[in-house]
Amino acid sequence: MSKLAIKMTVNGTEIEAEAEPRMLLIHFLREDLNLTGPHIGCDTSHCGACTVDLNGKSVKSCTIFVGQADGADITTIEGMANADGSLHVLQDMFREHHGLQCGFCTPGMITRAHRLLQENPDPSDDEIRHGISGNLCRCTGYQNIVKAIRAAADQINAAKEAAE
Amino acid sequence: MDTAGAEIGNELSMDTKVVDTKWIGKRTVRPDGADKVTGRATFGADFTLPGMLWGKVLRSPHPHAVIKSINLDKALALPGVRSVMSGADLTDFPLDTPVMVGPADMRFVSRNVMARDKVLYAGHAVAAVAATSSSIAQSALALIEVDYDILPHVIDVEAAMRPDAPVLHDYMRTGGVTPKPEVASNIANRLEFKIGDPEAGFAAADVIVERTFRTEPVHQGYIEPHACLISVAMDGQATIWSSSQGHFMVRNATAKMTGMAVGDVRAIPAEIGGGFGGKTIVYLEPLAMVLARKSGSPVKMVMSREEVFRATGPTSGSVNTVRIGATKDGKITAGEATFRFQAGAFPGAPARPAAMCAFAPYDIENVLSVGIDVVMNRPKSNAYRAPGSPIAAHAVECVVDELADKLGLDPVEFRMRNAAKEGSKAAYGPTFRRIGFVETLEAAKSHPHYSAPLGANQGRGVACGFWFNVGGESSAQLNINEDGTVTVVTGHPDIGGSRASMVNIAAEMLGIDYKSVRAQIGDTSTIGISATTGGSRVTFAAGMAVSQVTEKVIETLRDRAAKIWDIDVDAVIWEEGEARPAGTNAGEFEPLSLAELAAKANATGGPINGQVSINAQGAAPAFATHICDVEVDRDTGRVEIVRYTAIQDAGRAIHPSYVEGQIQGGVAQGVGWALNEEYIYDDAGQLENPGFLDYRMPVASDLPMIDTVVVEVANDAHPHGVRGVGEVPIVPPMAAVANAIEDAVGLRLTDLPMSPPKVLAALEKKG
Repeated sequence: MSKLAIKMTVNGTEIEAEAEPRMLLIHFLREDLNLTGPHIGCDTSHCGACTVDLNGKSVKSCTIFVGQADGADITTIEGMANADGSLHVLQDMFREHHGLQCGFCTPGMITRAHRLLQENPDPSDDEIRHGISGNLCRCTGYQNIVKAIRAAADQINAAKEAAE
Repeated sequence: MDTAGAEIGNELSMDTKVVDTKWIGKRTVRPDGADKVTGRATFGADFTLPGMLWGKVLRSPHPHAVIKSINLDKALALPGVRSVMSGADLTDFPLDTPVMVGPADMRFVSRNVMARDKVLYAGHAVAAVAATSSSIAQSALALIEVDYDILPHVIDVEAAMRPDAPVLHDYMRTGGVTPKPEVASNIANRLEFKIGDPEAGFAAADVIVERTFRTEPVHQGYIEPHACLISVAMDGQATIWSSSQGHFMVRNATAKMTGMAVGDVRAIPAEIGGGFGGKTIVYLEPLAMVLARKSGSPVKMVMSREEVFRATGPTSGSVNTVRIGATKDGKITAGEATFRFQAGAFPGAPARPAAMCAFAPYDIENVLSVGIDVVMNRPKSNAYRAPGSPIAAHAVECVVDELADKLGLDPVEFRMRNAAKEGSKAAYGPTFRRIGFVETLEAAKSHPHYSAPLGANQGRGVACGFWFNVGGESSAQLNINEDGTVTVVTGHPDIGGSRASMVNIAAEMLGIDYKSVRAQIGDTSTIGISATTGGSRVTFAAGMAVSQVTEKVIETLRDRAAKIWDIDVDAVIWEEGEARPAGTNAGEFEPLSLAELAAKANATGGPINGQVSINAQGAAPAFATHICDVEVDRDTGRVEIVRYTAIQDAGRAIHPSYVEGQIQGGVAQGVGWALNEEYIYDDAGQLENPGFLDYRMPVASDLPMIDTVVVEVANDAHPHGVRGVGEVPIVPPMAAVANAIEDAVGLRLTDLPMSPPKVLAALEKKG
């Protein structure tokens, strides 16, 4: 099978690679780029553990071929931390508010929450719950995940206000 | 922001003396937190090795068939395929003698990980291949030729019990009955627990309620599929990286099934992406070991979600009959129950713990509780959070509720009048020591939720739950590092934040900042034998081991200080993280900190550390009382959980956030079990919903905030009062939801899940 030339930006770095056209984006990220933060939980786009940010949208990376991501700007959990190496506020709040138990859904949950807060910077708890309803967590009952996202939103908004 | 030192909320009521207050009971940041929020944590599928092959499993399309022949030649001939295997490559354990590894019988586990002679369910592993890529391995599966002789199958538990049912195992004779049957049966075992005279008890009752309940199998639903990587050296020694609830179990079971010495296998625990009981046994590791050995290359295997549904888990479906009698003044006089459990293809349904847990919350003089373990053409059932107890409580707590209603008693009050307490004799044997059941009922009664007004089509349900909690083998090691920081190593995979609890215990006792204590999980070669994470045992048993090893190291630290000061060790005390002279008589010395003692370690006798291995005794049961409000949509039959409060006795909450987290997670799973989750089979014995689209687990928008109240009635047999937390929260929800639906719309639903079509049909029937 002839390989496909792929160009994309992943976590701020330009990537040029060759991949089988039928390869899914999640397999390309995990196996070719060694980015094992996005996880595979279901192969059918229901669990959200593979969620990444692609051109400003949350995308379940098991649902698209790597070829479809040609030219895309992708952020995975590995690219979430701040430029100075400190944890992104969402990462910090998930840790601080115990928004995880086993931690397997966490990378997808955080990347999804990141986009959610771009879409809706001050969501209600109900809006948070609907906003992450494409991401399954089996450990927490979602309670501390909602709390962590709420706390991150508050911090981001407070910082914005202070800057204005 | 660091809120770790913040006081725990006022929801905790302290029952006994509390001596530990610096870190125990504090919401410390878990030591593996940064790994888990950055993607750095390595789960089962995250490992790779140079030259690694991908293994794939061929699974049976038939629910029941004889394997006449398997031809692997064409698969092996495919370029890129490096090794192939079938059940014949695993140890052939004779069927007449149990071969136990922990609680698991290798006769059955071995035949479950790969069929021998017969396939027993659709999805049963038949053969496997290892190839240079995942896609080549997948293509090779299509080249394997299996000749089947298809047999009639049976899926339903009652049908499987009938004498004319297709028999799965012609060697199986029902255990627990006399005389021993002469013919084979699908009924693997019958057991009973009895106290008093149940017939006399029912004769003394003024009101008797009897009902039959049905539950469907539900999967543990961990988000991480099973995964492993195995590398075998030229001399046969092997390393396993895999995600499991017990890497010692993985090592021992894999060695046994592949004919290896245990000492030749090193099992390294990956981070585990959820288990809930479903990762207490092996599926892939023995296969990857054989494929790696045959190919001479490392082999990685990862299940798809469909494979997880078709071949692992679930907990049993069941048909259960419960009968309870009580007097007019609200005293239960007798209880009787029969639990008929689907074991799946091999014996081992949790019928025993179901029969044991069923009436445990109540002080009843006359009880007969029967468990029946039945095999049929379904995947072998596996442990799921408090195995057996939720299914038993679903039936018992619904009947208890109906009795309270018939007697005109408040459901909490009725339970209070019959509640087990210290000195109560449980039907399954023991006489309870101090327990906290009544405390949970009292907390329920006084909780604002219990008296809050309800809206139209809303109802409130209450239900209770019990779990034994368990102890067993645990090992802990504590090292004082060169700079005075501390490393704690235990041997139990950290499935939900247990490292944080180990840190709290060690930091508390050492009197130092919790951030200078780091916790790790040792592999099978670096820490003493430690039993599987499960049964709500880790914080209890490993916590006890960590407590003992910390005590031991503190003794050493005092001894080193005594050497430096040249005084008797008894004249040295350990306080607030430093060695101090016991009093003025001991002499005038500047205290020595952990860092100072560490720096002088080599001058005073060498590295400072300790190791403790125990078989932890004194596990004490946990009880829970849940309050649930639902709203029933009369047009669609959809049930919405509008408010939920879970009250539980934790003994002592070492890390309150993870105690609450366990409770919230257990409730969420219970709500899924109550309302949506089920295995659906067609007439051909095929699972129709092996994916998250049609096997519907709760998402965030399905659930309300779940209020938790942690009651602390300390377990005196534990150095820090721990009972165990993780299991009991999944026990009450199914009955709590059912009782709430009854309260809302007057429907007594007996079958799970109470999904919209069922609720709608029942509403229409009622008219």
